[in-house]
Amino acid sequence: MAAQATSAAAPETDAAGLGKARATAFVTPALLLVGAFLVFPALWTLYLGITDYRLTGIAAADPQIVGLQNYTDALTDPQFRNALALTLLFVLGSAIVGQTVLGFSIAWSMRAVPKTVKTVVESLVLLAWILPSSIVAFLWIAYLNRDNGTLNSVLGTSGFDWLLGHPMLSIIVFNTWRGTAFSMLLFSAALNAVPPSQLETARLAGADTFAQFRDVVFPHIRGHVLTNTLLISLWTFNDFSPYLLTAGGPNHASETLPVYIYNSALYSGELGYGSAISLIMLLINLLIAVFYLRLLKDRRS
Amino acid sequence: MRLARGITAVAAITALALASACGSSSSGAGDANRNEDAKSVNLTIATNAIAGGKNDQEAAWINDYVIPGFVKQMKAKGITATVKFQPSGVDDEKYKAKQSLDLKTRSGADIMSLDGIWVGEFAQAGYILPLDKVVGAAADGWDGWAQIADSVKANTTFEDKLYGIPAGTDGRVLFYNKKLFQKAGLPADWQPTSWAEILDAGRALKKLPGVAPLQIDAGTAMGEATTMQGTLPLLVGTGAEIFQDGKWQGASQPVRDVLEFYKAIYGGGLGDKSYQQGAKGRDESFAGFAKGKVGVLLESDYFWRSVVNPDNGVAPMASRDADVGYALLPAKAPGSGVGGQDFVSMSGGAGYFLNPNTKYPQQAWELMTFMNSPEAIKAAIADQARITARDDVNKQVLGGDPMLSLISEKVLPITKFRPGLAVYPQVSVALQQATADIVSGKSVDEAAATYQKAVEKAVGGAGNVSSGS
Repeated sequence: MAAQATSAAAPETDAAGLGKARATAFVTPALLLVGAFLVFPALWTLYLGITDYRLTGIAAADPQIVGLQNYTDALTDPQFRNALALTLLFVLGSAIVGQTVLGFSIAWSMRAVPKTVKTVVESLVLLAWILPSSIVAFLWIAYLNRDNGTLNSVLGTSGFDWLLGHPMLSIIVFNTWRGTAFSMLLFSAALNAVPPSQLETARLAGADTFAQFRDVVFPHIRGHVLTNTLLISLWTFNDFSPYLLTAGGPNHASETLPVYIYNSALYSGELGYGSAISLIMLLINLLIAVFYLRLLKDRRS
Repeated sequence: MRLARGITAVAAITALALASACGSSSSGAGDANRNEDAKSVNLTIATNAIAGGKNDQEAAWINDYVIPGFVKQMKAKGITATVKFQPSGVDDEKYKAKQSLDLKTRSGADIMSLDGIWVGEFAQAGYILPLDKVVGAAADGWDGWAQIADSVKANTTFEDKLYGIPAGTDGRVLFYNKKLFQKAGLPADWQPTSWAEILDAGRALKKLPGVAPLQIDAGTAMGEATTMQGTLPLLVGTGAEIFQDGKWQGASQPVRDVLEFYKAIYGGGLGDKSYQQGAKGRDESFAGFAKGKVGVLLESDYFWRSVVNPDNGVAPMASRDADVGYALLPAKAPGSGVGGQDFVSMSGGAGYFLNPNTKYPQQAWELMTFMNSPEAIKAAIADQARITARDDVNKQVLGGDPMLSLISEKVLPITKFRPGLAVYPQVSVALQQATADIVSGKSVDEAAATYQKAVEKAVGGAGNVSSGS
């Protein structure tokens, strides 16, 4: 949209030669779709966030405007702060550390292996990424099952309920496994862009592996690292799959923000409150995005 | 400018959508006789039951009895009926969210099963309507109403209007172990007439080693069981109901009386605290009773049917019929119960409701009455004795089971139901927390003060709470 605005403001750059009327005709369908499916729901959420709208009861038939009540409630609600802290832990653990490190490690170690090995490893990692969430959740529930789960059989810890005993660790490992493929693919492509001659020179100059990585590889892939971190942070921040494993339990111990919103809005029926938290979450998303974009911009300038 | 025009378009769509969204929030039943002469009818039934899973028996009944039976009945009138079953096998709260979203968007099944305590919030939201609004005069004309006690009708009633047909109910009594009673020198045909007499029996049972004399559910881990098998039946024994004259009970004298009773049990060593606090405490208390480690336990007839039942109970007692006694729950003192009663109980239960947006209100009603005919209900419970909503069926199926006929004849006439209001679950949690506080050793004053605050927050301020005596 920004590009369109620029071209509208400066008709002399009308490279396609469409003219205003025809250009408008081209853009209108897209704008209508954006309006109906993006702008309207956003405004509607904004409106719901200042009401006491509920799924059932009087407030469902006749919601009242309550101003910023939902927002002040959320910011003072220990449950909300708990959810926010868990979400940050989830993003840090499974995205920034887990997926980035594991994805890079796989990409790095796959450079020098035979093609068949590479294909097999990459296919397996990709498989975790492309399977539907519901199926994956079912597999993990079976894997972590208390009585006859695979993990307990392997470790000989029968009777230990991982999802109850270590709920956050379980969903962090789960999400790392699930999402590593993206980082792996992106880093594989990025590593191809590192000129072998520079690596060779560094080796001849006596640089150890870490120095090679820091001084030769990283400067080439810095932009990719930032892009990758931005995308997976946002995805992970908004990820709802943990719900399929733990439903936020036990006793809110793995209730990340998306799960908290679901539990508030649909389980407890507080749609107004859920909308308010959604908006807060959107703002946090924007903050994360702006932070990374600034980093990218600094690099380019 | 194009951008400006685009924004205008978006604004126009937004305004339109807002207008239509607001417009759709008003609800009202259409013509009760719409499509009444249709030659081809499509109907859907939704319940939280699924073949091979939750409430398997109910799912099988709908698939194997209700649908073919109704299709045949309609065929005799020259009408082609297609009836579908929409199964679910999930937690009650999830099922509730699904049904409310369906109703909110004016879609969903034509007939749906809902828990009685949801009726208020669904009715207030305009999701369901009184039966006479949906089907007109036909609603009153059903002959089955005469067979359903008023107290059971309360399960599908909100603000004096019937919203659906109740599907059955239960009642609460005191179960006791006759062997332990004999050892403690207590009568085999025990019937306390006051709370003091329950505590007396508890003190006698306390002398037996390794026995938890009394089990009155408490604490938050038990969830709604604490409310239904503990605080609420006790509360009606003080003459008060949790929601009375438009106000919720705060830290009033009746609530304090209930907490004092809990204090006497769990502060006086007459109950096992770990049953109230453990994650699986309720199941453990059942197992404890079956093993002869619990003297008296307050439960619904579910305990008799499905817990200590020697055939298929979760904690079966082979000697159930000989060893398990049951007594009506007395009020705090004779005559002090709600409505001046000597004995009290609380009941719950689900019901079948019509979707106000059904295309075929008359035919849906016919299907619903078919499902609640004596023959259909007998088919539904198969050979398992259970208290149904209908007196005529109960007379036939409960005769062989003295415990269940006692519930039907003595308990149901005096029982009370929970208020079907949207905030009830939050009040229920506050009650559970108050008993948890007592079990953990806090004083009645402390527990009552915390409860008062929680209730005020839940029900929208002190103005909706009665705190006096």
